[in-house]
Amino acid sequence: MQTITLTVNGADVTATIDVRTLLVQLLRDTLNLTGTHVGCDTSQCGACTVLLDGVGVKACAVLAVQADGLEVTTVEGIGGPEHLHVMQEAFREHHGLQCGFCTPGMIMAGLDMVRRHGPVMDETTVRTELEGNICRCTGYHNIVLAIMAGARAMAAVPAAAE
Amino acid sequence: MFPFTYHRPTDLPTVHALLGGNDEAKLLAGGQTLIATLKQRLASPSDLIDLAAIPGLAGMSREGDTLVIGAMTRHADVAASPLVREALPALAALAELIGDPAVRNRGTLGGSIANNDPSADYPAACLALDATIVTDKREIPAGDFFRDLFETALEPAEVILKVIFPLGGQGAYEKFPNPASRYAMAGAFVWRGMGKVRVAITGTGQGGVFRWSEAEAALMTDFDPSALDGLWLDGDAMISDIHGTGAYRAHLAGVMTRRAVSRILALG
Repeated sequence: MQTITLTVNGADVTATIDVRTLLVQLLRDTLNLTGTHVGCDTSQCGACTVLLDGVGVKACAVLAVQADGLEVTTVEGIGGPEHLHVMQEAFREHHGLQCGFCTPGMIMAGLDMVRRHGPVMDETTVRTELEGNICRCTGYHNIVLAIMAGARAMAAVPAAAE
Repeated sequence: MFPFTYHRPTDLPTVHALLGGNDEAKLLAGGQTLIATLKQRLASPSDLIDLAAIPGLAGMSREGDTLVIGAMTRHADVAASPLVREALPALAALAELIGDPAVRNRGTLGGSIANNDPSADYPAACLALDATIVTDKREIPAGDFFRDLFETALEPAEVILKVIFPLGGQGAYEKFPNPASRYAMAGAFVWRGMGKVRVAITGTGQGGVFRWSEAEAALMTDFDPSALDGLWLDGDAMISDIHGTGAYRAHLAGVMTRRAVSRILALG
């Protein structure tokens, strides 16, 4: 067992865990932050994508002890039902989901795209960037629209500016 | 996962102390292969030594006519680096093709080559560019570094510090990724310069990455895809698994090589 201290969605968290605990298990099972999903558990589907020190990672491919001292942001940390983050709002507006299982990972992957590419991304860029996030409903079309719109909204860039 | 003890040392002497005499200890870099391997119980290290807190292992710099990349440099940072894009654009392009964005945000150059997965991308670049792998003990030419499937020249207690890529010439990497894993079904890194041609093939060889000497000889005579007419690898000597037969991979490797040659010709 090892005691780690990290920041999760802005709050300091101290947990004593088996070193084999994955970051996604810490989030879901210990901290009850079940917005981060486990789809494949083989780091292919991207449903567990969170931000680690602001960078998109698959939480099933990171040990919780590796996050010791770092800052984790999950889908719960960016906005809630009362105050949706503009990226979440874009998914609602464009219906960027069907069953919704992959949605948390899609939203967090979208934020990581904005970090690297800025607010104005073309469709090809977003589709290429989504290679690590799988939607089994095959609802990619609206997901791509939502990420493009959410990205623009993050910088309040009008769509016409494209 | 089988049980292990986790360490996150903050200096190399402590890494050596932890590795010393313990063949069951493993180094952890980005973890994008190792953690999956642990989860599948395909490895059972006694100790996991995380290199994340060792200073000076990440970063890129131009030193004379070489590009030096630290072992803990993430794929995403190599792909996005203006320095690498300018000095060695084929390497930046290769880094951009590894895994997916989240994997590239964690995975490292040192981790990739130390593992020597037969389908990894970086080994092909190291071999084709005649890179030098610098460890805490010595400098190893890439040609001597990649030994066999998941096997390198590294000794148990040896730590990769950085990789030195010579600059000059022109290179291109072409890859056919497995649609699910993004690992190379076949990848070809072709380089030409100073009257030489090097062709490194990954994803297909039963012993891991290798130089395709017949293709190199043909391209030395005439650097054009047509110089490879009729030249293919032996499918019986290639990896054959549920993703594709050896013959399929041999063909793909040939196609990727031809495309890489065309890409270099298009550079002018």
